[in-house]
Amino acid sequence: MKNSTSISNLTRGIVRDNPVFVMMLGMCPTLGVTTSLENAFGMGIATAFTLLLSNSFISLVKNFIPSMVRIPCYIVLIASIVTVIDMMMAAYYPALHAKLGIYIPLIVVNCIILGRAEAFASKNNIVQSFLDAMGMGIGFTAALCLLGSVREILGAGSLLGHNFIGEEGYPLLLFIMPPGAFLALAGLIMAFNRLRGVNR
Amino acid sequence: MSITMIFVSAVLVNNIVLSQFLGICPFLGVSKKISTAFGMGLAVMFVMTISSVATYLIYYRLLVPHQLEFMNTVVFILVIAALVQMVEIVIKKVSPLLYQALGIFLPLITTNCAVLGVAILAVQKEFSLSHSVCFGLANAIGFTLAIVLMAGLRERINQNQDALPRGMRGAPIVLITAALLSMAFMGFSGIGN
Amino acid sequence: MKPIKSTLFNMIFSLLAVAAVSAFTLGYVYQITKEPIAEAKNRKTLDAIREVVGSFDNDPFAEKTTITTPDGKYKLQLYPARENGTITAVAIETFSDGGFGGKVELIIGMLMDGTVTGYKVIEQKETPGLGSKIAEKKFAGQFVGLNAYQDQFKLQKDGGEIDAVTGATISSRAVIDAVQKAVQTYKKFNAGATGYEE
Repeated sequence: MKNSTSISNLTRGIVRDNPVFVMMLGMCPTLGVTTSLENAFGMGIATAFTLLLSNSFISLVKNFIPSMVRIPCYIVLIASIVTVIDMMMAAYYPALHAKLGIYIPLIVVNCIILGRAEAFASKNNIVQSFLDAMGMGIGFTAALCLLGSVREILGAGSLLGHNFIGEEGYPLLLFIMPPGAFLALAGLIMAFNRLRGVNR
Repeated sequence: MSITMIFVSAVLVNNIVLSQFLGICPFLGVSKKISTAFGMGLAVMFVMTISSVATYLIYYRLLVPHQLEFMNTVVFILVIAALVQMVEIVIKKVSPLLYQALGIFLPLITTNCAVLGVAILAVQKEFSLSHSVCFGLANAIGFTLAIVLMAGLRERINQNQDALPRGMRGAPIVLITAALLSMAFMGFSGIGN
Repeated sequence: MKPIKSTLFNMIFSLLAVAAVSAFTLGYVYQITKEPIAEAKNRKTLDAIREVVGSFDNDPFAEKTTITTPDGKYKLQLYPARENGTITAVAIETFSDGGFGGKVELIIGMLMDGTVTGYKVIEQKETPGLGSKIAEKKFAGQFVGLNAYQDQFKLQKDGGEIDAVTGATISSRAVIDAVQKAVQTYKKFNAGATGYEE
């Protein structure tokens, strides 16, 4: 029983309650930075990392925080974690940091983070909260990578920077421009719903 | 940069929702009806303009003199959260009518990344106080424009849900509508050159 | 264990504690990342300088000077590159606000006889696949070998020597604008204007 809940806490975020495709959370970075697989992966990892730290911390300190001021406390904790990640990335991965730009500080207001803190970490112990964050983080990163790959392949004719249509090829530029983000996500959600068997 | 240019750029050319992808959650979540969309737009306009002033003053009067610029994310989100609460309390006391219209949208604004995004962008662009305020207001108008247009389109779509293929109902058709809207706004790019 | 109660003291104390921990952590991380961040920023500029002016054996950052464009409107950074003590070339950080997507920033290298050695785009938000081609060799290569004192640095359709990127005249003009600023400033620098002037 105990083991099966752990496993379901871990896997829930990957498919059944996927933050992007099912819950439609964290849409801003999902649409904003997925112009290439590299950016999408970087953003996914940064968010997953924040989620892991914030879920673990919050489940640790949840009993020491009076419930009336829990939201401001969570926000300060999350914002601090994000700022730390922001500074670390600026120092050690400056190129990626420059590309993701404003979306890194905006992880603070990513609904996934505060959502999981409030809905899960504030009620569960650290192990389960860690697993939940892990699952959600993987689900979010996977969704971003998928979207990033589709957009990069269609929109730039390349993957991870390796061009495969040649100098004179004409990629569907629309897909790396803003409207393409909405279109690609719409297509992926349709496919995802079909796979999950809803709407039948 | 002139104030007119800030307005044209923020409302049309670099629309905060449709080309910068900030504030997508309310844009998709609160755009089912024109009236609620407009209410949300007004609430954002209110908070974003005030928060532009507040974050500007705090950044340049408090953080910069103490070389604490790196704390800006933490400080800005707290200021915005506190501001939203205060605005809510003040409106409730001063104008119950306005509170009825905006009340339910105010708490949602704290996690609207457009508000924090605009505060950070204004600092990054090194705007002066008057430019920051205009930038905040212009982006809020851009947000309202986008969400109201979207709501108008969605009202029509919802009346004809049955005409859609099953797989497209719900989120996919909303996103496709957003894509078309975003494409229309791309027509504005390059204005001002 | 039960969560603690929401008394005034508890609330104030926990908020203060969280804020203190956060401030302490941030301050500490800021201290250890301050230098790497500054270094990473400089490295990007330094890489661009190396790319446009070739080899040098000094630290162009240490000798950086700021010179106002002749029309007095903008301030540009000049990085002199020396070999064995003599200045062989300068890299100029220049920009234009006239891009299709906003600001275009580039670093342009020039030898001391006025020959352009090339430019490198530092930042641009031009349309991907169209305006973004200003960073590619087909367009950027046209500037290599032009001379500040002999050539006019204009688009062909304006009677100059540069062929615009197809479908991206505005982006091309933005590069021309940035290069023009750099060329004017370079001439001023070469004519003896050194150091920072207000």
